[in-house]
Amino acid sequence: MSWGLAIWASALALAAAALAVTRDSVVHALLLLLAALVALGVAFFALASPFAGAIQLLIYAGAVVAVFVFVIMTVEAGPEARARERALLSGAWRWPAVVAVLAFLPMLVGLGGTADGTPGGVGAADLGLLMFGEWAVATELVSLLLIAGMIGVRALSRKGRDGE
Amino acid sequence: MSAAFTLILSVWLIAALLVAAGVFTWVERRGLGFLQERLGPNRVGPFGFFQWIADTVKLLFKADEVPPDGDALTFRLAPALAATPVLVGFAVVAFAPGWAISALDIGVIFILAMLALTVYAMVLGAWASRNRYAMLGGLRAAAQMLSYEAFFGLSLMGVVMLAGSMSLGQIVAAQEGLWFVVQQPLGAALFTIAGIAAAHRLPFDLQESEQDLVAGFMTEYSGMGFALFFLGEYLAILLVSALAVTLFFGGWLGPWLPAPVWFGLKVGALALAFVWIRAILPRPRYDQLVAFAWKWALPLALANLLVTGAVVVLGGSA
Repeated sequence: MSWGLAIWASALALAAAALAVTRDSVVHALLLLLAALVALGVAFFALASPFAGAIQLLIYAGAVVAVFVFVIMTVEAGPEARARERALLSGAWRWPAVVAVLAFLPMLVGLGGTADGTPGGVGAADLGLLMFGEWAVATELVSLLLIAGMIGVRALSRKGRDGE
Repeated sequence: MSAAFTLILSVWLIAALLVAAGVFTWVERRGLGFLQERLGPNRVGPFGFFQWIADTVKLLFKADEVPPDGDALTFRLAPALAATPVLVGFAVVAFAPGWAISALDIGVIFILAMLALTVYAMVLGAWASRNRYAMLGGLRAAAQMLSYEAFFGLSLMGVVMLAGSMSLGQIVAAQEGLWFVVQQPLGAALFTIAGIAAAHRLPFDLQESEQDLVAGFMTEYSGMGFALFFLGEYLAILLVSALAVTLFFGGWLGPWLPAPVWFGLKVGALALAFVWIRAILPRPRYDQLVAFAWKWALPLALANLLVTGAVVVLGGSA
């Protein structure tokens, strides 16, 4: 475990994420999102949780963003789309940003509160026991999100086809 | 292992890999020449061996143009993304007992993650080129990666179950008596198919597909950018071969010869098989490729996992 590397990677992830939401080119934003996710994975590695780090790289950086890129690439961003993006970026994001900061503040404070326990890292077996033992019901509830997503995609694609 | 020693070992490994990838381009061209009843490179040095050095020098000094409409930043970044993750993936490969830069517990997943990241090189390179052929290649690359990544991981989980570990060193140690290819023939077959797809080699090189897409995602690349894409491809072949040797063919285990020599010989033999497969198999149609992944390979990998799991639980081993 190395705190220096973890803090450096986390800072990189934050910076990349901040840059990602302020780009007007969608592909550049995706590239920065990818950088943020990879940096997060590195932070996990540095905090002695290689399993979480590898899964972060494999699932989020490897698969999820690839799907985004696949969709985005087929959409040509013309000049008027870029202008609309710029208009959106000019001020509408302020309130969501405030809400996000307010939501995450307790987490940061909470992190400081539990610093007395030594972070031992979470291995694959520990994570499996936690997810499918103690927190089995919560894990199943979260998996409902995937079904909601699938139904949503189905509904959206149907609507698009009828509207054409 | 001290930090300085790890650093020296890393630099040495990277240098060795770069040379190995270069030599492998010569091996492949001579091998293809042999299989197609022609000579291949034969003018520079004995048996044309120095051809790869001449080609490297040529590519280094060639002009590196960005297409006029292209996105310069992404265009330059993409080739680096092709080679870097594969080089990083070699960090967890165990060449002999204790011979690994990092003896990570979850080495298998780490290599899978690194191979998955190479898709961005193709997709972003294609997008930044602003070229229709490149774009088609990039889209094919993304769809192929998503189809094959799914059962790539599942195909080798049988081995992980039998060995009871995801560390490359411990998986090799578990094959002391019997190679896993005997216990996991279906897993090995599926892994080979997905491995060829992960290295983007024929018959799974639809994203490059010279016959219909010029050069696919790298149509607009020349010079160093082109060289880095090729470096990434050849390194990926070596990495997939090393992973296959570790998982299914007993890694460094073997009689008489020292461990690293066995490992190198096995990886070399598998890399030659890549060349052989390239020479004899035609390229399938694109929809056939994706349909095979989802309709055949993924269910077979899941069934293999189920049966292996049942055997491990009932047998009480692992």
